[in-house]
Amino acid sequence: MDKDLNWREFIITRAIKASGYSAIVFVALIFIFLLREGLPTLGEVDLSTLFSVRWYPIEDYFGILPLITGSLIVTLGAALVAIPFGIGTAVYISEIAPRAVREVLKPLVELLGGLPSVVLGFLGILVLSPWLRTTFDLPTGLTAFTGSLLLAAIAVPTIVSVAEDALDTVPRSYREAAWAIGATHWQTIWRVTLPAARSGVMTGIMLGIGRAIGETMAVMMVTGNAPVMAIRPGSLFEPARTMTATIAAEMGEVASGSVHYHTLFFIGIVLFLISLAVNVAASSVIFRSKKRSERILS
Amino acid sequence: MKKRPLLTGLLLALVVVCVSCSSPDPSEQTLENKGSDTIVNLALAWAEFYQLEYPDVRISVTGGGSGTGIAALINDTVDIANASRQIKIEEIEKAQSNGIDPIEFVIARDAIAVIVNPENPVSELTLQQISDIYSGKITNWNQVGGDDRPIVRLSRETNSGTHVYFLENVLRLGDKKSKTLFSRNTLLLPSSEGIIVEVRQNPNAIGYDGLGYVPSDLKMIGIAVEAGGEYVLPSIETVNDATYPIARDLYMYTAGEPTGIVKIYLEWIITSDEAQGIVGDLGFVPIK
Repeated sequence: MDKDLNWREFIITRAIKASGYSAIVFVALIFIFLLREGLPTLGEVDLSTLFSVRWYPIEDYFGILPLITGSLIVTLGAALVAIPFGIGTAVYISEIAPRAVREVLKPLVELLGGLPSVVLGFLGILVLSPWLRTTFDLPTGLTAFTGSLLLAAIAVPTIVSVAEDALDTVPRSYREAAWAIGATHWQTIWRVTLPAARSGVMTGIMLGIGRAIGETMAVMMVTGNAPVMAIRPGSLFEPARTMTATIAAEMGEVASGSVHYHTLFFIGIVLFLISLAVNVAASSVIFRSKKRSERILS
Repeated sequence: MKKRPLLTGLLLALVVVCVSCSSPDPSEQTLENKGSDTIVNLALAWAEFYQLEYPDVRISVTGGGSGTGIAALINDTVDIANASRQIKIEEIEKAQSNGIDPIEFVIARDAIAVIVNPENPVSELTLQQISDIYSGKITNWNQVGGDDRPIVRLSRETNSGTHVYFLENVLRLGDKKSKTLFSRNTLLLPSSEGIIVEVRQNPNAIGYDGLGYVPSDLKMIGIAVEAGGEYVLPSIETVNDATYPIARDLYMYTAGEPTGIVKIYLEWIITSDEAQGIVGDLGFVPIK
């Protein structure tokens, strides 16, 4: 009996350990595969070509700068919309809304997160883009900003869900202390509750942005996919081509092992590194703020 | 290549497979047909129709692109390869070194229509003007007799055979040495449907698409080869009398002179009224 229990215990601990490590193993394997398929690009394409401003692979123009700037501007636009909107919604649900509203609102927001991005893309192409074109008098409604709005809609549910959980775990005594010294409701939220929940809110934002930068389908449908350098302020309201859309659109028909194929994987490496940088930056911010709060509390 | 037809194509393929697998007949003849995504719907419609008339013939049709089909022909894994472009010299050489002599059949034609929003007063352009619009030399509709509006250029993605055809025959006007490229701010849309949706709602837009895919609420542009020439709208007649300048042949290739069922099937496709009727129904241009 006892022996049997030990044996089971052994298996279960090992199984849990294995599943924990498997996440690392899979990421490592994926990264190795990306490197293997993508790095040959550096030998096949001149660096001056690779970092030029023209992407037209069927004529051997492999400049990836337009794609990088395209991804960045679309994601930046999405962050500008999603962060205030997401945090605002989280604060409303957690701090202001009456209980009944809150019970309805939170599941609804999370439901929005389950919406397939293709559906959002269709809404974008049929409703949002014509509306943007006529409202802002743009040449076309298929712009980076259209993509940003859709990405914001994809990122907001994640941000709201995680940030609201974090706000919810801030002890009630913090708020009561703030009210006791005469702080208004808004002052309490802005100066006490939000800073106390900071690391959870940051995690929510990073997860949301992470979803946005990797999103493909909706973006491919509405940004127009023109590989222009998106570096002027007005570029947000012009078409742009993202890295994800490029990979998705071109991978299907590219000859395996060709220069174009390797370059698409190289774009994958760049995308991976950008996501990694965002994650590292986010965790360092969270780590630092945690240390400070530990210092204060000790 | 064209997203929605591809889906219906896949469904049809499923139907074809199911119809044929239900009757395991020893006298059954099989035929492998593979290649261009432009042609895949047409090939499936033919295969389906033919198998209804001759249940002892089993035809399997797959897409994958013209290059894929020709590669399969060179490796001798298909009986018929579909291609929306002519076979390249390198491909012929490769086939011959494998002991295969590809034979070409023109099975239908495809016109590429240039489309604009019905609100746009421009209805006629020369090939040179279309080339200048897409290469970025002309940027406003008033330069070609329209309103003062910016031109929004729409194109298919670069992996589309239609994109390549348009680049070589319209943008570069058939000049093999020309290095003209699409203007960088040309919108590259992933499907025919994407182009049609945008042209329908945007009076600034210009796009191109296979004749069969253009809905009646969009305006097709009459095209002249040279300034002062006659402006011609795309239709079955103008493609067949060669007055409409942007039309291409669609091909099937066999390994050597076809024999047996392959020969019978190809003859049916090229000469029968039913087969060429299907061509018209699907929006391509029949060859007879």
